[in-house]
Amino acid sequence: MLCLRDVYVWEFPVRLTHWVNVICLITLSFTGYYIGNPYIHNVHPFFYGVLKDQWVMGWMRLIHFSVAYVFAMSVLLRIYWGFAGNRHARWSAMIPTTKERRRTLLHDIRFYLLMEPAPAVSIGHSPTAGLAYLLLFLGYLVSILTGFALLSQSHGGAFWYAAGGWILPSFPVQWVRLVHHVMMWFLIVFPIVHLYVGWTTDLVEENCVMSSIFSGRKTCGDE
Amino acid sequence: MASDTLFDALIEHDISRRDFIKFCTAMAAALGLSAGTVPRIAHALQTKKKPILLWLEMQSCTGDTEALLRATKPTAAELVLDVLSLDYSETIMAAAGHQAEKLLADLVKNHKGAYFAAVEGSIPVKDGGIHCCIGGRSGLEIAREVCGNALATFAMGTCACFGGIPHASPNPTGAVGVKEAFPNATVLNLAGCPVNAENITAAIVHYLTFGSLPAVDAFGRPLFAFGKRIHDNCERRAHFDAGQYTRQWGDDGHRRGWCMYYMGCKGPQAYQNCPTVRYNGGTSWPVGSGHGCVACAAPNFWDEMTPFYRRLPQPFGITVETTADKVGLTVTAVTLGGILLHAIARMVKHHTRPKGEAAQGAKPQEKTEWKGPSWHE
Repeated sequence: MLCLRDVYVWEFPVRLTHWVNVICLITLSFTGYYIGNPYIHNVHPFFYGVLKDQWVMGWMRLIHFSVAYVFAMSVLLRIYWGFAGNRHARWSAMIPTTKERRRTLLHDIRFYLLMEPAPAVSIGHSPTAGLAYLLLFLGYLVSILTGFALLSQSHGGAFWYAAGGWILPSFPVQWVRLVHHVMMWFLIVFPIVHLYVGWTTDLVEENCVMSSIFSGRKTCGDE
Repeated sequence: MASDTLFDALIEHDISRRDFIKFCTAMAAALGLSAGTVPRIAHALQTKKKPILLWLEMQSCTGDTEALLRATKPTAAELVLDVLSLDYSETIMAAAGHQAEKLLADLVKNHKGAYFAAVEGSIPVKDGGIHCCIGGRSGLEIAREVCGNALATFAMGTCACFGGIPHASPNPTGAVGVKEAFPNATVLNLAGCPVNAENITAAIVHYLTFGSLPAVDAFGRPLFAFGKRIHDNCERRAHFDAGQYTRQWGDDGHRRGWCMYYMGCKGPQAYQNCPTVRYNGGTSWPVGSGHGCVACAAPNFWDEMTPFYRRLPQPFGITVETTADKVGLTVTAVTLGGILLHAIARMVKHHTRPKGEAAQGAKPQEKTEWKGPSWHE
Protein backbone atom coordinates (compact mmCIF):
# COMPACT_ATOMS: atom_id res chain seq x y z
CA MET A 1 0.00 0.00 0.00
CA LEU A 2 1.17 3.50 -0.77
CA CYS A 3 2.45 5.31 2.24
CA LEU A 4 3.55 8.91 1.72
CA ARG A 5 6.08 10.64 3.88
CA ASP A 6 8.05 13.84 3.82
CA VAL A 7 11.79 13.58 3.31
CA TYR A 8 14.15 16.49 3.88
CA VAL A 9 16.22 16.37 0.69
CA TRP A 10 17.57 19.82 -0.25
CA GLU A 11 19.50 21.40 2.57
CA PHE A 12 19.55 25.17 3.04
CA PRO A 13 22.84 25.84 1.13
CA VAL A 14 21.49 23.88 -1.84
CA ARG A 15 18.31 25.92 -1.96
CA LEU A 16 20.14 29.18 -1.27
CA THR A 17 22.68 28.69 -4.07
CA HIS A 18 19.90 27.55 -6.39
CA TRP A 19 17.92 30.77 -5.97
CA VAL A 20 20.99 32.99 -5.91
CA ASN A 21 22.02 31.36 -9.18
CA VAL A 22 18.56 31.96 -10.66
CA ILE A 23 18.64 35.65 -9.82
CA CYS A 24 22.26 35.98 -10.91
CA LEU A 25 21.74 34.21 -14.24
CA ILE A 26 18.77 36.37 -15.16
CA THR A 27 20.64 39.56 -14.25
CA LEU A 28 23.86 38.41 -15.90
CA SER A 29 22.06 37.43 -19.10
CA PHE A 30 20.30 40.78 -19.46
CA THR A 31 23.32 42.91 -18.63
CA GLY A 32 25.72 40.61 -20.45
CA TYR A 33 23.63 40.66 -23.59
CA TYR A 34 23.63 44.44 -23.46
CA ILE A 35 27.41 44.50 -23.07
CA GLY A 36 27.83 42.24 -26.10
CA ASN A 37 25.18 43.99 -28.16
CA PRO A 38 24.06 47.34 -26.73
CA TYR A 39 20.39 47.02 -27.62
CA ILE A 40 19.17 50.14 -25.88
CA HIS A 41 19.22 52.74 -28.62
CA ASN A 42 19.30 56.23 -27.27
CA VAL A 43 19.97 57.96 -30.55
CA HIS A 44 16.38 59.06 -30.97
CA PRO A 45 16.05 62.70 -29.88
CA PHE A 46 13.07 61.73 -27.74
CA PHE A 47 15.47 59.98 -25.35
CA TYR A 48 18.10 62.70 -25.21
CA GLY A 49 16.87 64.13 -21.95
CA VAL A 50 16.21 60.71 -20.42
CA LEU A 51 19.01 58.38 -21.38
CA LYS A 52 21.71 60.51 -22.96
CA ASP A 53 23.74 61.10 -19.86
CA GLN A 54 22.65 58.08 -17.88
CA TRP A 55 25.89 56.09 -18.09
CA VAL A 56 23.99 53.10 -19.50
CA MET A 57 26.94 50.87 -20.36
CA GLY A 58 28.60 51.91 -17.13
CA TRP A 59 25.62 50.69 -15.11
CA MET A 60 25.32 47.49 -17.13
CA ARG A 61 28.97 46.64 -16.59
CA LEU A 62 28.84 47.61 -12.92
CA ILE A 63 25.82 45.36 -12.34
CA HIS A 64 27.24 42.56 -14.50
CA PHE A 65 30.60 42.48 -12.72
CA SER A 66 29.12 42.85 -9.23
CA VAL A 67 26.55 40.12 -9.77
CA ALA A 68 29.21 37.95 -11.41
CA TYR A 69 31.18 37.99 -8.15
CA VAL A 70 28.06 36.95 -6.22
CA PHE A 71 27.44 34.19 -8.77
CA ALA A 72 31.05 32.97 -8.59
CA MET A 73 30.84 32.81 -4.79
CA SER A 74 27.50 30.99 -4.99
CA VAL A 75 29.01 28.41 -7.34
CA LEU A 76 32.03 28.11 -5.04
CA LEU A 77 29.72 27.53 -2.06
CA ARG A 78 27.77 24.87 -3.96
CA ILE A 79 30.99 23.13 -5.02
CA TYR A 80 32.04 23.06 -1.36
CA TRP A 81 28.62 21.77 -0.35
CA GLY A 82 29.09 19.00 -2.89
CA PHE A 83 31.72 17.70 -0.49
CA ALA A 84 30.14 18.69 2.82
CA GLY A 85 26.42 18.31 2.23
CA ASN A 86 24.10 15.32 2.58
CA ARG A 87 24.19 12.47 0.10
CA HIS A 88 21.74 14.20 -2.26
CA ALA A 89 23.96 17.28 -2.47
CA ARG A 90 27.23 15.42 -2.98
CA TRP A 91 29.08 15.19 -6.22
CA SER A 92 28.70 11.43 -6.04
CA ALA A 93 24.98 12.05 -6.66
CA MET A 94 25.87 13.80 -9.90
CA ILE A 95 28.05 11.12 -11.45
CA PRO A 96 26.48 7.72 -12.24
CA THR A 97 29.21 5.61 -10.67
CA THR A 98 27.31 2.44 -9.76
CA LYS A 99 25.87 -0.09 -12.16
CA GLU A 100 22.42 0.41 -10.72
CA ARG A 101 22.56 4.15 -11.38
CA ARG A 102 23.64 3.57 -14.96
CA ARG A 103 20.66 1.26 -15.38
CA THR A 104 18.39 3.94 -13.94
CA LEU A 105 19.95 6.43 -16.35
CA LEU A 106 18.99 4.23 -19.30
CA HIS A 107 15.51 3.83 -17.88
CA ASP A 108 15.13 7.59 -17.53
CA ILE A 109 16.32 8.19 -21.08
CA ARG A 110 13.69 5.69 -22.22
CA PHE A 111 11.12 7.65 -20.18
CA TYR A 112 12.06 10.91 -21.88
CA LEU A 113 11.77 9.16 -25.26
CA LEU A 114 8.21 8.22 -24.24
CA MET A 115 9.09 4.54 -24.13
CA GLU A 116 8.38 4.19 -20.40
CA PRO A 117 5.30 5.50 -18.57
CA ALA A 118 7.19 6.90 -15.59
CA PRO A 119 10.73 7.69 -14.56
CA ALA A 120 12.57 5.63 -11.97
CA VAL A 121 12.04 6.69 -8.41
CA SER A 122 14.78 8.83 -6.95
CA ILE A 123 14.73 10.74 -3.71
CA GLY A 124 17.45 13.20 -4.61
CA HIS A 125 18.68 13.76 -8.13
CA SER A 126 17.90 11.05 -10.60
CA PRO A 127 21.10 9.94 -12.38
CA THR A 128 20.00 11.87 -15.47
CA ALA A 129 19.39 15.02 -13.49
CA GLY A 130 22.69 14.61 -11.68
CA LEU A 131 24.53 14.29 -14.97
CA ALA A 132 22.72 17.35 -16.31
CA TYR A 133 23.75 19.37 -13.26
CA LEU A 134 27.33 18.21 -13.65
CA LEU A 135 27.19 19.59 -17.19
CA LEU A 136 25.59 22.77 -15.85
CA PHE A 137 28.40 23.25 -13.34
CA LEU A 138 30.99 22.71 -16.05
CA GLY A 139 29.15 25.43 -17.95
CA TYR A 140 29.28 27.68 -14.86
CA LEU A 141 33.01 27.12 -14.53
CA VAL A 142 33.62 27.90 -18.22
CA SER A 143 31.52 31.06 -17.88
CA ILE A 144 33.34 32.18 -14.76
CA LEU A 145 36.78 31.41 -16.17
CA THR A 146 36.17 33.18 -19.48
CA GLY A 147 34.44 36.02 -17.63
CA PHE A 148 37.42 36.64 -15.40
CA ALA A 149 39.72 36.30 -18.43
CA LEU A 150 37.82 39.10 -20.17
CA LEU A 151 37.75 41.15 -16.97
CA SER A 152 41.52 40.74 -16.60
CA GLN A 153 41.93 42.91 -19.70
CA SER A 154 40.85 45.95 -17.74
CA HIS A 155 41.94 44.67 -14.32
CA GLY A 156 45.67 44.06 -14.32
CA GLY A 157 46.04 42.60 -10.83
CA ALA A 158 47.30 39.19 -9.77
CA PHE A 159 43.84 38.12 -8.56
CA TRP A 160 42.24 38.51 -11.98
CA TYR A 161 45.23 36.90 -13.64
CA ALA A 162 44.81 33.88 -11.37
CA ALA A 163 41.01 33.89 -11.77
CA GLY A 164 41.11 33.68 -15.56
CA GLY A 165 43.64 36.05 -17.13
CA TRP A 166 46.18 33.24 -17.44
CA ILE A 167 44.23 31.64 -20.29
CA LEU A 168 44.45 34.70 -22.52
CA PRO A 169 47.93 34.27 -24.03
CA SER A 170 46.95 30.71 -25.04
CA PHE A 171 43.53 31.45 -26.55
CA PRO A 172 42.48 34.17 -28.99
CA VAL A 173 40.60 36.73 -26.92
CA GLN A 174 37.77 36.93 -29.47
CA TRP A 175 37.18 33.19 -29.10
CA VAL A 176 37.16 33.54 -25.33
CA ARG A 177 34.55 36.26 -25.80
CA LEU A 178 32.51 34.05 -28.13
CA VAL A 179 32.62 31.13 -25.66
CA HIS A 180 31.50 33.44 -22.84
CA HIS A 181 28.68 34.68 -25.05
CA VAL A 182 27.58 31.22 -26.21
CA MET A 183 27.55 30.03 -22.58
CA MET A 184 24.82 32.60 -21.97
CA TRP A 185 22.62 30.80 -24.51
CA PHE A 186 23.42 27.46 -22.87
CA LEU A 187 22.38 28.94 -19.54
CA ILE A 188 19.15 30.22 -21.10
CA VAL A 189 18.29 26.89 -22.73
CA PHE A 190 19.15 24.86 -19.63
CA PRO A 191 16.54 26.39 -17.26
CA ILE A 192 13.83 25.96 -19.92
CA VAL A 193 14.52 22.22 -20.11
CA HIS A 194 15.06 22.14 -16.34
CA LEU A 195 11.62 23.65 -15.68
CA TYR A 196 9.86 21.36 -18.13
CA VAL A 197 11.51 18.23 -16.79
CA GLY A 198 10.78 19.31 -13.21
CA TRP A 199 7.16 19.94 -14.06
CA THR A 200 6.83 16.60 -15.92
CA THR A 201 8.44 14.70 -13.06
CA ASP A 202 6.18 16.41 -10.57
CA LEU A 203 3.11 15.43 -12.59
CA VAL A 204 4.16 11.83 -13.13
CA GLU A 205 5.80 11.05 -9.82
CA GLU A 206 3.61 13.31 -7.67
CA ASN A 207 6.58 13.87 -5.40
CA CYS A 208 6.33 17.66 -5.02
CA VAL A 209 9.72 18.18 -6.66
CA MET A 210 8.68 21.66 -7.81
CA SER A 211 7.92 22.86 -4.30
CA SER A 212 10.85 20.96 -2.81
CA ILE A 213 13.28 23.64 -3.99
CA PHE A 214 11.40 26.09 -1.77
CA SER A 215 10.77 23.86 1.21
CA GLY A 216 13.58 21.36 0.84
CA ARG A 217 11.12 18.54 1.43
CA LYS A 218 9.94 15.95 -1.04
CA THR A 219 7.03 13.58 -0.74
CA CYS A 220 8.17 10.05 -1.22
CA GLY A 221 6.21 6.92 -1.66
CA ASP A 222 7.17 3.95 0.48
CA GLU A 223 6.09 0.38 0.43
CA MET B 1 79.12 62.48 -42.36
CA ALA B 2 80.76 63.18 -39.08
CA SER B 3 77.72 62.80 -36.88
CA ASP B 4 78.76 60.17 -34.37
CA THR B 5 76.08 60.74 -31.79
CA LEU B 6 72.39 61.37 -32.15
CA PHE B 7 72.96 64.84 -30.74
CA ASP B 8 75.40 65.61 -33.58
CA ALA B 9 72.78 64.47 -36.04
CA LEU B 10 70.29 66.84 -34.49
CA ILE B 11 72.71 69.77 -34.62
CA GLU B 12 73.29 69.05 -38.31
CA HIS B 13 69.54 69.39 -38.77
CA ASP B 14 69.56 72.87 -37.20
CA ILE B 15 67.70 71.68 -34.12
CA SER B 16 68.21 73.89 -31.09
CA ARG B 17 69.20 72.65 -27.66
CA ARG B 18 65.75 73.63 -26.43
CA ASP B 19 64.18 71.35 -29.04
CA PHE B 20 66.65 68.63 -28.15
CA ILE B 21 65.60 68.75 -24.49
CA LYS B 22 61.96 68.76 -25.60
CA PHE B 23 62.69 65.65 -27.61
CA CYS B 24 64.33 63.98 -24.59
CA THR B 25 61.32 64.88 -22.45
CA ALA B 26 58.95 63.45 -25.05
CA MET B 27 60.98 60.24 -25.10
CA ALA B 28 60.89 60.00 -21.30
CA ALA B 29 57.12 60.42 -21.47
CA ALA B 30 56.80 57.79 -24.21
CA LEU B 31 58.80 55.34 -22.12
CA GLY B 32 56.69 56.09 -19.06
CA LEU B 33 59.66 57.48 -17.14
CA SER B 34 59.74 60.38 -14.72
CA ALA B 35 61.01 63.84 -15.61
CA GLY B 36 64.08 63.07 -13.55
CA THR B 37 65.40 60.77 -16.26
CA VAL B 38 65.44 63.53 -18.89
CA PRO B 39 69.03 64.65 -18.07
CA ARG B 40 70.11 61.03 -18.20
CA ILE B 41 68.55 60.59 -21.63
CA ALA B 42 70.06 63.87 -22.83
CA HIS B 43 73.48 62.83 -21.56
CA ALA B 44 73.24 59.43 -23.23
CA LEU B 45 72.18 60.88 -26.55
CA GLN B 46 75.03 63.40 -26.48
CA THR B 47 77.77 60.97 -25.58
CA LYS B 48 76.90 57.51 -26.88
CA LYS B 49 77.67 56.55 -30.44
CA LYS B 50 74.73 55.99 -32.73
CA PRO B 51 74.09 52.31 -33.03
CA ILE B 52 74.43 50.66 -36.40
CA LEU B 53 71.06 49.55 -37.65
CA LEU B 54 70.49 47.24 -40.61
CA TRP B 55 66.96 47.24 -41.99
CA LEU B 56 65.84 44.12 -43.83
CA GLU B 57 62.76 43.88 -46.04
CA MET B 58 61.04 40.50 -46.01
CA GLN B 59 57.40 39.78 -47.00
CA SER B 60 56.12 43.26 -46.37
CA CYS B 61 54.17 46.08 -47.95
CA THR B 62 56.91 48.52 -46.85
CA GLY B 63 54.21 50.16 -44.77
CA ASP B 64 56.51 50.49 -41.78
CA THR B 65 59.14 52.33 -43.83
CA GLU B 66 56.37 54.43 -45.35
CA ALA B 67 55.08 55.30 -41.89
CA LEU B 68 58.55 56.48 -40.95
CA LEU B 69 58.98 58.51 -44.13
CA ARG B 70 55.64 60.19 -43.62
CA ALA B 71 56.28 61.12 -40.03
CA THR B 72 56.08 64.89 -39.86
CA LYS B 73 57.88 65.84 -36.68
CA PRO B 74 61.41 66.76 -37.77
CA THR B 75 63.08 65.84 -34.50
CA ALA B 76 61.99 62.28 -33.97
CA ALA B 77 61.55 61.27 -37.59
CA GLU B 78 64.77 62.67 -38.97
CA LEU B 79 66.66 61.33 -36.04
CA VAL B 80 65.41 57.85 -36.75
CA LEU B 81 65.84 58.24 -40.48
CA ASP B 82 69.45 59.25 -39.93
CA VAL B 83 70.06 56.18 -37.87
CA LEU B 84 68.56 53.96 -40.52
CA SER B 85 69.79 55.47 -43.75
CA LEU B 86 73.39 55.60 -42.66
CA ASP B 87 73.81 51.89 -42.75
CA TYR B 88 71.54 49.57 -44.69
CA SER B 89 67.95 49.73 -45.82
CA GLU B 90 66.84 48.28 -49.13
CA THR B 91 64.07 50.83 -49.59
CA ILE B 92 65.79 54.10 -48.91
CA MET B 93 69.54 53.59 -49.30
CA ALA B 94 71.46 54.90 -52.32
CA ALA B 95 73.51 51.76 -52.99
CA ALA B 96 72.11 49.03 -55.21
CA GLY B 97 72.95 45.62 -56.61
CA HIS B 98 76.28 44.00 -55.73
CA GLN B 99 77.35 47.17 -53.96
CA ALA B 100 74.43 46.89 -51.56
CA GLU B 101 74.98 43.18 -50.98
CA LYS B 102 78.67 43.78 -50.25
CA LEU B 103 77.73 46.59 -47.85
CA LEU B 104 75.46 44.27 -45.89
CA ALA B 105 78.04 41.46 -45.79
CA ASP B 106 80.77 43.87 -44.64
CA LEU B 107 78.59 45.42 -41.95
CA VAL B 108 77.65 42.02 -40.55
CA LYS B 109 81.30 40.84 -40.62
CA ASN B 110 82.87 44.00 -39.20
CA HIS B 111 80.33 44.75 -36.48
CA LYS B 112 79.40 41.25 -35.42
CA GLY B 113 77.33 41.31 -32.24
CA ALA B 114 77.45 45.09 -32.05
CA TYR B 115 74.74 46.22 -34.45
CA PHE B 116 70.97 46.23 -34.34
CA ALA B 117 68.93 44.49 -36.99
CA ALA B 118 65.48 45.66 -37.98
CA VAL B 119 63.23 43.28 -39.86
CA GLU B 120 60.17 44.47 -41.70
CA GLY B 121 57.74 41.86 -42.98
CA SER B 122 57.26 38.20 -42.23
CA ILE B 123 59.80 35.51 -43.03
CA PRO B 124 58.49 32.64 -45.19
CA VAL B 125 59.88 29.29 -44.06
CA LYS B 126 57.90 26.92 -46.29
CA ASP B 127 59.81 25.11 -49.07
CA GLY B 128 63.15 26.24 -47.68
CA GLY B 129 62.14 29.89 -47.70
CA ILE B 130 62.09 30.24 -51.50
CA HIS B 131 58.99 32.45 -51.42
CA CYS B 132 61.05 35.52 -50.62
CA CYS B 133 64.45 35.77 -52.33
CA ILE B 134 66.79 38.75 -52.41
CA GLY B 135 69.90 38.70 -54.63
CA GLY B 136 69.55 34.97 -55.20
CA ARG B 137 69.43 34.13 -51.49
CA SER B 138 66.35 33.31 -49.48
CA GLY B 139 65.10 35.84 -46.98
CA LEU B 140 65.31 33.15 -44.33
CA GLU B 141 69.04 32.70 -44.99
CA ILE B 142 69.77 36.44 -45.02
CA ALA B 143 67.74 37.08 -41.88
CA ARG B 144 69.38 34.16 -40.09
CA GLU B 145 72.81 35.63 -40.81
CA VAL B 146 71.89 39.22 -39.99
CA CYS B 147 69.65 38.58 -36.96
CA GLY B 148 71.87 35.77 -35.67
CA ASN B 149 74.89 38.08 -35.44
CA ALA B 150 72.99 41.11 -34.18
CA LEU B 151 73.10 42.53 -30.69
CA ALA B 152 69.32 42.54 -30.87
CA THR B 153 66.65 42.53 -33.53
CA PHE B 154 63.77 44.97 -33.71
CA ALA B 155 60.82 43.29 -35.36
CA MET B 156 59.19 46.24 -37.11
CA GLY B 157 55.45 45.88 -37.52
CA THR B 158 53.08 43.01 -36.89
CA CYS B 159 54.30 40.94 -39.87
CA ALA B 160 57.85 40.81 -38.50
CA CYS B 161 56.57 40.22 -34.95
CA PHE B 162 53.96 37.53 -35.50
CA GLY B 163 53.73 36.88 -39.23
CA GLY B 164 50.94 39.42 -39.69
CA ILE B 165 48.89 39.42 -42.87
CA PRO B 166 51.06 36.90 -44.83
CA HIS B 167 50.69 34.58 -41.80
CA ALA B 168 46.88 34.74 -42.03
CA SER B 169 45.08 31.54 -42.97
CA PRO B 170 45.84 29.67 -45.24
CA ASN B 171 49.39 31.09 -45.05
CA PRO B 172 50.65 29.68 -48.37
CA THR B 173 54.27 30.76 -47.82
CA GLY B 174 54.59 29.49 -44.24
CA ALA B 175 55.17 33.06 -43.07
CA VAL B 176 56.28 33.52 -39.46
CA GLY B 177 57.60 36.31 -37.29
CA VAL B 178 61.29 36.78 -36.50
CA LYS B 179 61.11 35.20 -33.04
CA GLU B 180 59.37 32.11 -34.39
CA ALA B 181 61.87 31.78 -37.25
CA PHE B 182 64.89 32.22 -34.97
CA PRO B 183 63.93 31.32 -31.39
CA ASN B 184 67.46 31.99 -30.13
CA ALA B 185 67.66 35.55 -31.43
CA THR B 186 67.08 38.50 -29.10
CA VAL B 187 63.98 40.11 -30.54
CA LEU B 188 61.99 43.15 -29.48
CA ASN B 189 58.53 43.03 -31.02
CA LEU B 190 57.49 46.51 -32.11
CA ALA B 191 54.08 45.49 -33.33
CA GLY B 192 51.50 47.59 -35.13
CA CYS B 193 50.32 47.95 -38.67
CA PRO B 194 52.31 50.02 -39.28
CA VAL B 195 54.65 50.28 -36.33
CA ASN B 196 54.56 53.69 -34.69
CA ALA B 197 57.73 55.68 -35.44
CA GLU B 198 57.63 57.15 -31.93
CA ASN B 199 57.87 53.66 -30.44
CA ILE B 200 60.91 52.77 -32.57
CA THR B 201 62.65 55.95 -31.49
CA ALA B 202 61.74 55.39 -27.85
CA ALA B 203 63.04 51.80 -27.95
CA ILE B 204 66.38 52.97 -29.40
CA VAL B 205 66.59 55.81 -26.87
CA HIS B 206 65.89 53.31 -24.09
CA TYR B 207 68.80 51.18 -25.24
CA LEU B 208 71.15 54.16 -25.52
CA THR B 209 70.18 55.46 -22.08
CA PHE B 210 70.05 52.27 -20.06
CA GLY B 211 72.11 49.86 -22.18
CA SER B 212 69.27 47.36 -22.25
CA LEU B 213 66.08 46.65 -24.14
CA PRO B 214 62.83 47.75 -22.48
CA ALA B 215 60.69 45.35 -20.41
CA VAL B 216 58.28 43.28 -22.50
CA ASP B 217 54.86 41.62 -22.18
CA ALA B 218 53.88 37.99 -22.87
CA PHE B 219 54.18 38.60 -26.62
CA GLY B 220 57.64 40.21 -26.49
CA ARG B 221 56.26 43.70 -27.03
CA PRO B 222 57.70 46.60 -24.97
CA LEU B 223 55.41 47.43 -22.07
CA PHE B 224 55.95 51.18 -22.43
CA ALA B 225 54.07 51.02 -25.75
CA PHE B 226 51.87 47.92 -25.38
CA GLY B 227 51.20 47.79 -21.64
CA LYS B 228 47.96 49.74 -21.71
CA ARG B 229 44.65 48.93 -23.27
CA ILE B 230 43.47 51.21 -26.07
CA HIS B 231 39.94 51.18 -24.60
CA ASP B 232 41.17 52.58 -21.28
CA ASN B 233 42.84 55.58 -22.89
CA CYS B 234 40.39 56.10 -25.71
CA GLU B 235 39.11 59.62 -26.28
CA ARG B 236 35.64 58.14 -26.99
CA ARG B 237 35.53 56.12 -23.75
CA ALA B 238 33.00 58.44 -22.12
CA HIS B 239 30.58 57.68 -24.96
CA PHE B 240 31.13 53.96 -24.36
CA ASP B 241 30.20 54.23 -20.71
CA ALA B 242 27.24 56.45 -21.51
CA GLY B 243 25.91 53.88 -23.97
CA GLN B 244 26.29 56.27 -26.91
CA TYR B 245 27.22 54.27 -29.98
CA THR B 246 27.65 54.62 -33.68
CA ARG B 247 24.94 52.27 -34.98
CA GLN B 248 25.77 52.66 -38.64
CA TRP B 249 28.60 54.32 -40.49
CA GLY B 250 27.68 57.94 -41.11
CA ASP B 251 24.69 57.99 -38.76
CA ASP B 252 23.98 60.70 -36.23
CA GLY B 253 26.10 59.03 -33.55
CA HIS B 254 29.04 58.60 -35.91
CA ARG B 255 28.91 62.26 -36.83
CA ARG B 256 28.77 63.19 -33.16
CA GLY B 257 31.97 61.20 -32.59
CA TRP B 258 30.35 58.51 -30.45
CA CYS B 259 31.93 55.17 -29.52
CA MET B 260 32.33 52.60 -32.31
CA TYR B 261 32.13 49.56 -30.01
CA TYR B 262 28.82 48.56 -31.59
CA MET B 263 30.51 48.64 -35.02
CA GLY B 264 33.09 46.09 -33.88
CA CYS B 265 35.87 48.32 -32.59
CA LYS B 266 38.52 46.03 -31.05
CA GLY B 267 39.86 48.70 -28.68
CA PRO B 268 38.64 46.73 -25.63
CA GLN B 269 41.05 43.90 -26.45
CA ALA B 270 43.91 45.82 -28.06
CA TYR B 271 47.04 47.00 -26.29
CA GLN B 272 48.98 49.92 -27.69
CA ASN B 273 49.68 53.57 -26.98
CA CYS B 274 47.82 54.88 -30.06
CA PRO B 275 45.32 57.01 -28.09
CA THR B 276 48.09 58.94 -26.35
CA VAL B 277 50.98 58.95 -28.85
CA ARG B 278 48.88 58.82 -32.04
CA TYR B 279 50.36 58.46 -35.51
CA ASN B 280 52.18 60.71 -37.94
CA GLY B 281 53.62 63.01 -35.35
CA GLY B 282 50.52 63.09 -33.19
CA THR B 283 48.16 64.00 -36.05
CA SER B 284 45.52 61.33 -35.55
CA TRP B 285 44.84 57.62 -35.16
CA PRO B 286 42.13 55.25 -36.43
CA VAL B 287 39.53 55.89 -33.72
CA GLY B 288 40.29 59.62 -33.85
CA SER B 289 39.41 59.62 -37.53
CA GLY B 290 36.18 57.65 -37.10
CA HIS B 291 37.17 54.03 -37.68
CA GLY B 292 37.18 51.25 -35.11
CA CYS B 293 40.41 49.74 -33.86
CA VAL B 294 41.29 46.40 -35.53
CA ALA B 295 43.85 45.37 -32.88
CA CYS B 296 46.60 45.42 -35.50
CA ALA B 297 49.33 44.87 -32.91
CA ALA B 298 47.83 41.57 -31.68
CA PRO B 299 49.24 38.23 -32.86
CA ASN B 300 47.12 36.68 -35.64
CA PHE B 301 44.90 39.77 -35.71
CA TRP B 302 43.84 39.08 -39.29
CA ASP B 303 42.41 35.69 -38.31
CA GLU B 304 41.34 36.32 -34.74
CA MET B 305 40.09 39.91 -34.71
CA THR B 306 37.96 39.58 -37.84
CA PRO B 307 35.24 40.40 -38.75
CA PHE B 308 36.44 43.91 -38.04
CA TYR B 309 32.95 45.41 -38.01
CA ARG B 310 31.33 42.95 -35.61
CA ARG B 311 31.67 42.36 -31.90
CA LEU B 312 32.00 38.59 -32.12
CA PRO B 313 33.78 36.24 -34.52
CA GLN B 314 31.71 34.16 -36.94
CA PRO B 315 31.24 30.75 -35.34
CA PHE B 316 33.31 28.31 -37.38
CA GLY B 317 32.84 30.51 -40.43
CA ILE B 318 29.61 28.74 -41.34
CA THR B 319 28.12 31.67 -43.18
CA VAL B 320 28.87 35.35 -43.14
CA GLU B 321 25.53 36.23 -41.55
CA THR B 322 25.48 33.55 -38.89
CA THR B 323 26.23 35.08 -35.56
CA ALA B 324 26.31 33.45 -32.17
CA ASP B 325 23.06 35.15 -31.21
CA LYS B 326 21.19 33.73 -34.17
CA VAL B 327 22.45 30.27 -33.29
CA GLY B 328 21.53 30.83 -29.64
CA LEU B 329 18.07 32.11 -30.48
CA THR B 330 17.51 29.17 -32.84
CA VAL B 331 18.58 26.68 -30.16
CA THR B 332 16.23 28.34 -27.67
CA ALA B 333 13.34 28.23 -30.15
CA VAL B 334 14.10 24.60 -31.06
CA THR B 335 14.19 23.71 -27.35
CA LEU B 336 10.84 25.35 -26.69
CA GLY B 337 9.38 23.72 -29.80
CA GLY B 338 10.83 20.36 -28.79
CA ILE B 339 9.36 20.69 -25.32
CA LEU B 340 5.97 21.53 -26.78
CA LEU B 341 6.10 18.51 -29.09
CA HIS B 342 7.29 16.29 -26.24
CA ALA B 343 4.47 17.49 -24.00
CA ILE B 344 1.90 16.90 -26.74
CA ALA B 345 3.32 13.45 -27.51
CA ARG B 346 3.24 12.58 -23.81
CA MET B 347 -0.37 13.70 -23.51
CA VAL B 348 -1.38 11.77 -26.62
CA LYS B 349 0.36 8.65 -25.32
CA HIS B 350 -1.19 9.14 -21.91
CA HIS B 351 -4.68 9.33 -23.40
CA THR B 352 -4.32 6.45 -25.85
CA ARG B 353 -2.97 4.09 -23.19
CA PRO B 354 -5.51 1.75 -21.49
CA LYS B 355 -6.91 3.37 -18.38
CA GLY B 356 -5.47 0.97 -15.87
CA GLU B 357 -1.97 1.41 -17.23
CA ALA B 358 -2.24 5.18 -17.14
CA ALA B 359 -3.26 5.05 -13.52
CA GLN B 360 -0.36 2.79 -12.73
CA GLY B 361 2.01 5.17 -14.45
CA ALA B 362 1.16 7.84 -11.93
CA LYS B 363 2.16 5.70 -8.96
CA PRO B 364 5.86 5.23 -8.78
CA GLN B 365 5.93 1.96 -6.88
CA GLU B 366 3.61 0.17 -9.24
CA LYS B 367 4.37 1.66 -12.59
CA THR B 368 6.92 -0.87 -13.85
CA GLU B 369 8.21 -4.26 -12.87
CA TRP B 370 11.51 -2.70 -12.10
CA LYS B 371 11.39 -0.77 -8.85
CA GLY B 372 14.37 1.46 -9.52
CA PRO B 373 17.10 2.15 -7.03
CA SER B 374 16.16 1.94 -3.42
CA TRP B 375 17.86 4.82 -1.64
CA HIS B 376 15.14 5.62 0.72
CA GLU B 377 16.10 7.37 3.87
